[in-house]
Amino acid sequence: MIRRLSIVVAIAAFGLIFASLAISYTEQQSLRPLAESYVRRVPQELGAPNIITGILLTYRAFDTLGEVAVLFMVAASVGLVLGAGHPPRSVSSEDRPDEAWPSSEIVQSGAQILVPLISIFAAYIIMNGHLSAGGGFQGGAVIASCVLLMLLAYPQYQPNLEFLSIAESMAGALFVLAGIAGLIVAGSFLDTRILPLGQFGAFFSAGTIPVLSVLLGVKVGCELSVILDGFRP
Amino acid sequence: MISSIVLTTGLLLILIGSWGILTHRNILRIIISFSLMGTGTHIIIVAIGYVKNGTAPIIDRTLDLSEATSRVVDPIPSALVVTAIVIGMAVTAVMLAYTIRLYDSKKTLSIDAFTESKW
Repeated sequence: MIRRLSIVVAIAAFGLIFASLAISYTEQQSLRPLAESYVRRVPQELGAPNIITGILLTYRAFDTLGEVAVLFMVAASVGLVLGAGHPPRSVSSEDRPDEAWPSSEIVQSGAQILVPLISIFAAYIIMNGHLSAGGGFQGGAVIASCVLLMLLAYPQYQPNLEFLSIAESMAGALFVLAGIAGLIVAGSFLDTRILPLGQFGAFFSAGTIPVLSVLLGVKVGCELSVILDGFRP
Repeated sequence: MISSIVLTTGLLLILIGSWGILTHRNILRIIISFSLMGTGTHIIIVAIGYVKNGTAPIIDRTLDLSEATSRVVDPIPSALVVTAIVIGMAVTAVMLAYTIRLYDSKKTLSIDAFTESKW
């Protein structure tokens, strides 16, 4: 009883604070100075029409690198918690979903049709990250959704973990190498202006932003696939 | 106006999430509540970046370079949320992995059964 009462009091207090926040909030009428300088400088200095991608892969690329490291750590820790070295998970054989319940015809046919389309869509999202909405993170997540669909349709499906880890390490190493090349050739670490900027809005433009986008997509896709595979029963 | 509605939705999601964390005893429901809270914060960050009558910060045929600074929304919160969403998903994956191991050790998902680290 006393616990329930304290929960109600805590939620009510949070609600009061949030209500005052929501009431006193006023919409911005114009951009703040930092955002305005980003909006002005990304198309001019980097040649990228998508300002968010310019921020993510150049001005705050170090942030992105750190976050990819976090993803790698999560993939490793999921493997550590669920993987080999522990006693096998005690699911009795008649409870195992892959043996008792194979996925239905509808799911399997759907996967066969959708997996190629989803792969093409992921490639499109990754490659157009500097031109329109999209980028490495989003495309990588779409690739992982492809792997998830395969795991649902074919419970015995075994992604090639060795290939995934090699591809992921190569992408990570090339990302850091591109950063060091920016340090040597251009102004700073992860500067994308080591390749020519090209024509504004063209497919091959904006320096190394498309390259970094592809590397990021491969890395995120591989890491999320390894995480998903860790949860196989 | 629109950003106030979105901001209120995000705050409500955080409230619902914290209520779920405090009242539910099933670990899976607690994880769902955590995800709700995370989604609420993402929505709030995006709402704060909205500029009145703004459009997406992508220069194309409908948005000329010269008028970009007066017509786009703040790109920084959007860039931060892209990373925050991926990290939120990763945190959920770690929580679920631990949940599987906890279920193995006690054969229950009720948080009342795990009293070792309680004082």
